[in-house]
Amino acid sequence: MKSIFEKSRKGRKGVRLPLSDVPPAEPLSERLSRPLPAALPEVSELDVVRHFTRLSSLNFSVDGNFYPLGSCTMKYNPKAADHAAGLAGFTELHPLLPRLPGGEDFCQGALTLIWELQEILSDLTGMTATSLQPLAGAQGELAGTLIVRAWHSAQGSQRRYVIVPDTSHGTNPASAAMAGYDVLTVSTGPDGLMDEAEFSSRLGSDTAAVILTCPNTLGFYNPGVARISELAHRAGALMYCDGANFNAILGKVKPAEVGFDIVHLNLHKTFATPHGGGGPGAGPISVTRPLAEFLPLPRVERNDDGVCRLRLEAPSSIGSLAGAYGNFAVLVRAYAYVLLQGLEGLRESAEKAVLNANYLRILLRDCYESAYDRPCLHECVFSASRQAEKGIRALDIAKYLIDLGIHPPTTYFPLIVPEALMIEPTETESRETLDEFVQAMKAAAAASPDRLHRAPVNMPVSRLDEVLAARRLDLSFPEAQ
Amino acid sequence: MLAVIGAETMEDLFSVIPPEQRASPYRLRSEGGSETEVLGHLGQLAAGNDTSLISFLGGGFYDHFIPAAVDSLSSRAEFVTCYTPYQAECSQGTLQALYEYQSAICRLTGLEVANASNYDGGSALAEAVLMARRITRRSCTLIDGSINPLHLAVVKTYLSGTDGEIVVVPPDGCRSSLEQLIANLDDTTASVVLPQPNFFGSISDFSEVLCQARRVGALAVSASYPMSLGLLRSPGEQGFDIAVGEGQSLGNPLSFGGPCLGFLATRRSYARQLPGRVAGATVDGEGRRGFVLTLQAREQHIRRQRATSNICSNQGLCALRALIYLSCLGREGFSGLARLNYDKAHYALDLLTDIPGVSPANRSPVFNEFTLRLPRPAGQVSSRLLAAGFAAGLPLDGFFPERSGELLVAVTEKRTSSEIERYAEALRRELVG
Repeated sequence: MKSIFEKSRKGRKGVRLPLSDVPPAEPLSERLSRPLPAALPEVSELDVVRHFTRLSSLNFSVDGNFYPLGSCTMKYNPKAADHAAGLAGFTELHPLLPRLPGGEDFCQGALTLIWELQEILSDLTGMTATSLQPLAGAQGELAGTLIVRAWHSAQGSQRRYVIVPDTSHGTNPASAAMAGYDVLTVSTGPDGLMDEAEFSSRLGSDTAAVILTCPNTLGFYNPGVARISELAHRAGALMYCDGANFNAILGKVKPAEVGFDIVHLNLHKTFATPHGGGGPGAGPISVTRPLAEFLPLPRVERNDDGVCRLRLEAPSSIGSLAGAYGNFAVLVRAYAYVLLQGLEGLRESAEKAVLNANYLRILLRDCYESAYDRPCLHECVFSASRQAEKGIRALDIAKYLIDLGIHPPTTYFPLIVPEALMIEPTETESRETLDEFVQAMKAAAAASPDRLHRAPVNMPVSRLDEVLAARRLDLSFPEAQ
Repeated sequence: MLAVIGAETMEDLFSVIPPEQRASPYRLRSEGGSETEVLGHLGQLAAGNDTSLISFLGGGFYDHFIPAAVDSLSSRAEFVTCYTPYQAECSQGTLQALYEYQSAICRLTGLEVANASNYDGGSALAEAVLMARRITRRSCTLIDGSINPLHLAVVKTYLSGTDGEIVVVPPDGCRSSLEQLIANLDDTTASVVLPQPNFFGSISDFSEVLCQARRVGALAVSASYPMSLGLLRSPGEQGFDIAVGEGQSLGNPLSFGGPCLGFLATRRSYARQLPGRVAGATVDGEGRRGFVLTLQAREQHIRRQRATSNICSNQGLCALRALIYLSCLGREGFSGLARLNYDKAHYALDLLTDIPGVSPANRSPVFNEFTLRLPRPAGQVSSRLLAAGFAAGLPLDGFFPERSGELLVAVTEKRTSSEIERYAEALRRELVG
């Protein structure tokens, strides 16, 4: 499809600007001025509408397709939450208004919402305090590992290592590295859990923190987590919970009660806000009492009289990760979602997610090799190793599913599973949808290698040359000379 | 379904969790609310925010008009409810939009490559600073202290875990201190960060700083307010190596400060040091053009602790909104809009500084924001004007305690001449009586 720049025609306009109702000001000097306007497209409003409507039709989406993308929790999100985020009382609110003297009185609604969501997330995680500021899960991890650093500094110690299992999300080691830590990786045992003997041998007086995903990226809950936490704490290290999979234990386990000191939550996964083609999300962090003083600023506090105030200073805080209070529109959606569900609804969402994942695990294991053949929580991981013997890769199966109108599972993650197919159906899908998916996966298992290698054939483009894209970089539409 | 699994109860599915690890009671209400109840409650919270104020607040977040087409198109479920376009063939809509967004950012900034967006202006700036450290293999960052303090705070947080010095050159009043910036540039400087306009609204001619940066081998990073790029010479044309900024103004509502949009553009030769996602054009087996996420070998899901950044998302929907916004305005519309902002701000500046005791604090040209010096503490004046229905601007002492008489005033195209006049009258009444 042509780009919007290729549709540009000289002199064509989309939006008419209001006529100026003030006298023209003396122009800027030539030295400071742009000699020519930026070469933005010259298109009519209809051109714009057709272009983006057609582009949208090229996407799979949760609203249109089953999207069992492991680790990403592509559940259906209630429209009421979107509606709430679009209320003018929220969208038109300037973030610096509460920083004017007396300004907090003009935005009590928004400050109250933030305070209440902080309290709700503290309750659900069992932690003492929450900051909603981190703008994504990875930024929550950065905040968390910086809190680890600040806490050790306050203890008068400098530690060097963060321990992560080899099943961890790539963001865990990357965030630890950004916070200045070296990363030690621990292997996974035959049970799909972190090898405890190897973990013990790596743990030491130089360990700053242990980052565990709970349940892990294979979909397994580690009942040894309390023991691991105890060992870590005895060594003077902190326990960090990557809460990307919190949806599996919502209403069942509070991370603080199994030994974690810090947890980040991905509101766009567990708390049902749409993913927007890759963002925005939100990655709040919750911490135990001794760590509360290190949380990012500003935070919202509530006085005894029920009035909410901004707290702008705290001597031990790690500082700010964003200009304001987090991705507020995402926070509104998450808050609405929690109110719609209630505790029972949240707990049921975890149960149904686990039910759906195990249902698929049982029905697919005849065709695909289970990476670890044991009950899972919210997601199950298969290996296309049997298919690989016939020259079929996980990628080929993924592309074939696209032809059937199904978004593929996550492929090639976790990294330790060869030809991994990681499936997370989520709680919002019906049994009928799951059965259709099973049929599609069986059809993929039965299809000829040639058909699979050619897939997808029903899309506007067939398989794209990624090697060429990386070698001959073409990252923007060239400007006509 | 339980029978298929071989479980008797839902609880069996969670048997792996030992009883002593089960959650203690929660405070959260057990029952969920109906849609009517919940939306009623949210409606009340929304109504607890006064958005009827006539606002002259900026400070990095701006109240610009958003064409209806932006909301209408960007709220299509196919854009809203999809995820990261790793499976390119069923994500061509998102991927092409990101490629076009990158193209639009390149054209605004005058640079050759852009990423698919960062969280916000502050984190984009932090990533640019880290990127410059990787490229130059130097660790010192020189920052013009007239930069937005909210963005500076984010940079400091991002860099707090790693070695490397940040030198902040204090502003000279509302001006960027060009002499001090030049004096502090040396062969340990990885990058010099220069805001345009700066936090106080001043526009600077940085050409001598850029010359010195080139001489000592430091990269020059422009922190730009994108709306001003409708009038101002682009960072690329001025010789900057990296341009970043807060893109909220481009078709994204204020939403109490989030979500925002961090844009980041650079020279082609630094493309492989970009943080985060990048969309690229390629071809399929039949030679048809298509788009993919490219240069993934830089990213955390592959390179883990050696990745160029930990970022694992982008602001996809906000970038899409920016692209639709820029397409609606187009070439002439965008520069016309910048001009409208400029004219209105100057009209307001003239009226407000006509009030006895009020003087302009900027000695340099301004775009759509400027600093006033008031005869009384700005916080006190602003709070009195709030009661009269005006968000008069940002008192600077909230950020710089010694600047208690200064007020930062932003005027976008949304403020009518009559609103500007009423504001000037209210300020005159407050100060003169």
